[in-house]
Amino acid sequence: MPDTNQELQNEVAELVASALNLDISPDEIEPDAPLYGEGLGLDSIDILEVALVVSKRFGFQLRSDDADNTRIFSSLASLTQHIAANRTK
Amino acid sequence: MSSLPLIAHRHPDAVMAWRGGTPVRVRQFLGEVDHVAGQLPPGRHVLNLCGDRYHFAVALAASIVSGRISLLPSSQTPESLRQMQRFAPDVFCVTDRADSGVELPLFHFPESQPESPAEPVIPQIDSDQVIAQLFTSGSTGMPVPHPKRWGSLVRGVQAGAERLRVTREHALVGTVPPQHMYGLEFTVLMPLQIGAALHAGHPFYPADICVALKDLPRPRMLVTTPYHLRMLLAEQSALPAVDLLLSATAPLSQNLAVAAETCFAAPLFEIYGCTETGQLASRRTTAGAIWQTLPEVHLRREGEAVWAEGGHIEAATRLHDDIELMGAADLTTDFAYFLLHGRHADLVNIAGKRTSLAYLNHQLNAIPGVRDGVFLPPPEDAADAPENVRRLTALVVAPELTPAALMQALRERIDPLFLPRPLLFVAALPRNATGKLPRQATQNLLASQRAPNTDAIPS
Repeated sequence: MPDTNQELQNEVAELVASALNLDISPDEIEPDAPLYGEGLGLDSIDILEVALVVSKRFGFQLRSDDADNTRIFSSLASLTQHIAANRTK
Repeated sequence: MSSLPLIAHRHPDAVMAWRGGTPVRVRQFLGEVDHVAGQLPPGRHVLNLCGDRYHFAVALAASIVSGRISLLPSSQTPESLRQMQRFAPDVFCVTDRADSGVELPLFHFPESQPESPAEPVIPQIDSDQVIAQLFTSGSTGMPVPHPKRWGSLVRGVQAGAERLRVTREHALVGTVPPQHMYGLEFTVLMPLQIGAALHAGHPFYPADICVALKDLPRPRMLVTTPYHLRMLLAEQSALPAVDLLLSATAPLSQNLAVAAETCFAAPLFEIYGCTETGQLASRRTTAGAIWQTLPEVHLRREGEAVWAEGGHIEAATRLHDDIELMGAADLTTDFAYFLLHGRHADLVNIAGKRTSLAYLNHQLNAIPGVRDGVFLPPPEDAADAPENVRRLTALVVAPELTPAALMQALRERIDPLFLPRPLLFVAALPRNATGKLPRQATQNLLASQRAPNTDAIPS
């Protein structure tokens, strides 16, 4: 992974951990483990919280009729990729 | 025998739903209801899991006209669905998803559309017909059914529509699923029973809600929750016009209500109700904290308990909230007024979803390997607005289980919103001689656990 994406991934992990008040440190979020359900255990309310901080920090809004929506939240790595591809700031 | 029509639209070409930007007219709806009713499997109980609200409405109506009962459990975990099958062994599931993941006999919502009848007839439904069983989680681990009769549901939603001044001109977007009482009443039955139009979507992200609203002609109504409303207002830019706002499932703060009314230049109402009775009362939140019951609904205090009766309520029902009645509890007036001071100690409301601690404790302790365990409500924080979501904590004694295995077992049994954060493993719970957990001892244990612990959520 290029360094810039690694940096972004760290930033996203930090956003997720702080937005959700998770009792874990950002570097404990495994990049390829699912964020939803099993794995990190996020639910739909968490996903909305994450969507809000993503829109504020990166300047684009998540949509659920995006065909890739389930893939976007399949892991920290895929969320990072989606942000890298769509960010406006 | 009295009967009431399935829908209240006055013309076969009236619009009863919007899918994307396309109107669905009454004649098409009635054609599809007939079509689906003719194809349903023989079981008399239906679990309607359609994600598209129009499909849900068609499947619900098809179930009603064919004398079937819709089962609406309080969650859709594998364990809840097994409980539905125990309640009604002939239950089948109607779904419009390719991969429902449900282990019940499936009926897929038909893709093909029948021809719309030239002269559709609106079915009349017996007022006494039980059209649905809505379930609360109860306190013993077994869900408690609440039968809903057609006449009572129709009277309830008509009274609510009149109070909120919803008209047949309105088109409604709901951010709540139709599979619970609030969503069923306000996003499906109310538009059907006042001749208005529903939006087929179930928008999730704020951007989705905006798109759904823009699909609709005005006047538009948004049926939502404190939680979704907070998210929507946080995305201040480019909000579409809304003409009427409704929030329920948990109380809204004055601040958020004022912000919403200012932002949309539209009135915001809140509805108070419960699965047992449906809607009971309303308030215009910006006008004050006092709730007014729907016409002819009365509240009466008996000792600690407050009971609701009259209006569309079939039998007097005990309410589970801490209610302060205002003025004389006088049955000669049309309305009762009251203040709401929160839930009783055993009940929790997380992001608008309700259950009892007793139910959660039962589910936790039923997991093989759990020797003892208890759920604790989020700490009370008066400074925190009610639309901010706080989670439950669980203390558990299960030396043979890993955190991940226990979380997985819980996920099978309880709604994700109630999963504990944190889940704390302890050597023993501080039970007293009678087996009870004194509050202070539990809080002390919690404090000692919280301080050094940073790995409470399993990865």
